Amino acid sequence: MSLLRIKDLSLSIHGTSILKQIDLSIDHGQIVAVTGESGSGKSMTALAVMQLLPNGAEVDGTVQLEGEDLLIRSEAEMCALRGASIGMVFQEPMTALNPVKTIGDQVMETILIHKAMPLAQARARAEEVLTRVGLPADRFPLSRYPHELSGGQRQRVVIAMAIALRPKLLIADEPTTALDVTTQAQILDLLKGLVREYDMGLLMITHDLAVVADMADQITVMRHGEVVESGATSYLLHNMQHPYTRMLFEASGHQVTLPKPPQPQPLLEVSQVVREYRLPRKGLFDRPRHHRAVDGVSFTLNRGERLGLVGESGCGKSTLTRAILGLEEVQSGQIRLDAQPVFTGHKPNLAVRRKMQVVFQDPFGSFNPRHRVARLITEPFHLLDTPPTGSDRQDRIAEMLTAVGLSPDDSGKYIHEFSGGQRQRIAIARALIIRPELILFDEAVSALDVSVRAQILDLLAELCEAYDLTYLFISHDLSVVRTVTDRVLVMRSGQIVEQGETDKVFEAPQHPYTQTLIAAAPRLPEIEMISA
Amino acid sequence: MLRYALKRLISLLISLAVASVVIFAVIEVAPGDPASFMLGVNAQEDTLAALRAELGLNGSKVHRYLNWVGGMLVGDFGTSYTYRTPVSQMIADRLWVSLPLALYALTLSTLIAFPAGIYAAARRGKPGDLAVMGATQLGIAVPNFWFAMMLVLIFAINLRWFNAGGFVGWGNGVWAGLHSLTLPAIALALPQAAILARVMRSALLDILGEDFMRTARAKGLSRRQALWRHGVRNALIPVLTIIGLQFSFLLAGSIIIEQVFYLPGLGRLVFQAISARDLIVVESVVMLLVFAVITVNFLVDLAYAAVDPRLRSRT
Repeated sequence: MSLLRIKDLSLSIHGTSILKQIDLSIDHGQIVAVTGESGSGKSMTALAVMQLLPNGAEVDGTVQLEGEDLLIRSEAEMCALRGASIGMVFQEPMTALNPVKTIGDQVMETILIHKAMPLAQARARAEEVLTRVGLPADRFPLSRYPHELSGGQRQRVVIAMAIALRPKLLIADEPTTALDVTTQAQILDLLKGLVREYDMGLLMITHDLAVVADMADQITVMRHGEVVESGATSYLLHNMQHPYTRMLFEASGHQVTLPKPPQPQPLLEVSQVVREYRLPRKGLFDRPRHHRAVDGVSFTLNRGERLGLVGESGCGKSTLTRAILGLEEVQSGQIRLDAQPVFTGHKPNLAVRRKMQVVFQDPFGSFNPRHRVARLITEPFHLLDTPPTGSDRQDRIAEMLTAVGLSPDDSGKYIHEFSGGQRQRIAIARALIIRPELILFDEAVSALDVSVRAQILDLLAELCEAYDLTYLFISHDLSVVRTVTDRVLVMRSGQIVEQGETDKVFEAPQHPYTQTLIAAAPRLPEIEMISA
Repeated sequence: MLRYALKRLISLLISLAVASVVIFAVIEVAPGDPASFMLGVNAQEDTLAALRAELGLNGSKVHRYLNWVGGMLVGDFGTSYTYRTPVSQMIADRLWVSLPLALYALTLSTLIAFPAGIYAAARRGKPGDLAVMGATQLGIAVPNFWFAMMLVLIFAINLRWFNAGGFVGWGNGVWAGLHSLTLPAIALALPQAAILARVMRSALLDILGEDFMRTARAKGLSRRQALWRHGVRNALIPVLTIIGLQFSFLLAGSIIIEQVFYLPGLGRLVFQAISARDLIVVESVVMLLVFAVITVNFLVDLAYAAVDPRLRSRT
């Protein structure tokens, strides 16, 4: 008998159909991955198993845990099952823990709420599971608060809470999406180890096909609330039947061809840049301490070159980006664009600023929702002394919208009428409209689904051809950086530890850190794409 | 935690020092000579001079400021121009009415607001929530003196459970004192409770949407358990802020209620002192209120740190 068996599961919320006749089963000790793009219903499937659906949800079908139907259980019965028989781990470790309770209390709560054992034993069990997930009590006492831990450590606490009572089934909803690659590799190893050790079933929900291919026994691919394909991992990877599955895998490993960069001629020169932040004083009369976010960074970006900047969170890449844009003053060193300083006196140099534009990560937060597209993308015109007006302005708007694959008619719309991918196109149009010398892409494709990401990467390659772009592409995603850059910088703790031609760095990394980073990144298996 | 408390304490002392200078300066520039006001327009020049000397109005400003502050530190607030009695005595008498009244009202308001706010948040959008929200809307809209008059009408005049006004004093026992403060305390508490309940509800609703509430549910906590164990404490920060503000208001701003119930409180004292140009009384009461407000803020800061461990470690 399977551990979990979902049959004909349909779900609608306030009449909108979310899931359509999902079938899925998990055995003891098996890892089943549910994958798909946003809106495919993969998280809702997990929440349906937990019976933690939003208000107004109506479910139909059966969800059996060891033969017992969960959908007909009362809320009190489900409370007794959650945490005890089914554990769940969520995506966002930074917010998944209660900030005002210690990690010990939170792990113990899982045990105590089910009255599984008396207090003293519960405490011992909490220490035991925290040690098991890699947080030994001598270094991470139970009295720690969540804010004293890093993201990866917090995710370990969340996992400890979920496995404290040795559940038969563990559901992990994008457990590593918010983590750095090296941390991700550790957490995935931990999950795999736990599945073996406890003979648990693991329902793993993730959009990352490389992760799926690496650890799942079974894969279920979902789209628009339906299962499009499922099967054993190795079989499915080699015999993809459904075009959507094939498209997903192709898009994940999407490669683009960039035009050859011209002869080197320096555009952006960064030399010995240091950016420090003051930390709060330890005592009233202590000297304030400093945190060096960027520590003596130097590099040159040539005209027409596509440069990548990779590194894990906290390595200083965002601070460096802000310094290049002239949003922050640096303590020492020089940043020059076209031989002119970005900062003059204590003010950003506007003559230089207008030669740079930026595209940010979040396609939802980086637009004013009350402005129309025409106004949004013409915002950089404020940097010009004589901004184009009248029909000239209209032509520029139309040209840019067409260039990024939208229609000139879209200029009168508001931003909420566009999808995430379309918004990122608008952000690129906004950056391009004053024809800057340099564009900074700050995690510009990280929030997008793989198929949309592939389209945006194609767009970038086209624009490189048409407009001779020079850009700095900042990302934690190595596979993307590899395909859209000529040269790459690897940053760690505020310093650039390695730089060189992208292909060379990826094929033969010299610095140990680069080697760790590349080894930790999950890779898609080489798959022969069979034409159906 | 100790370091945090010490830092807050230092900031409290600095605020007090700044406040005393500001109050002194403001009173100094206020028009009107207390001596001529006390003796009337026909007073002789030499009697005026003698009175000024007696009241200590002749020294340099710095000298008078230091005298005033130094006096307050040892409990000597000076002598009232109009009543010729020590200000400290006058304030002490009034404080014994105003402080218990404020605490009483605050306790009532918290006791009403917490359950109401939590209940409404737990039943968001359902009839219970709508009823509580309607009631709080009413509580905010209706002025408290009207409440006061209604309370007198019902409980004092019709039912005769309470006296319509006045304060029996603490000499007759704590119970009798509290009894005579009950109606004013309710009148003061209701509008405050309405505001506080709304703050509690919205703070709790914000928390209910947090990821860790979902984590709690996934651990097997029922909706109610998750709300009490993880929700309420996290929602306390904004609620504590409002409680701090309300206490300051209740201490000094209850003048209308004091008038309605004929209570000898601080609010009436300030009002009388201002009308009589009794600047030394005004100065002292205002300073005392500033002291109360700053102390309450200090306590609220400590309460924040007790509730939220992130504040403790930040400093």
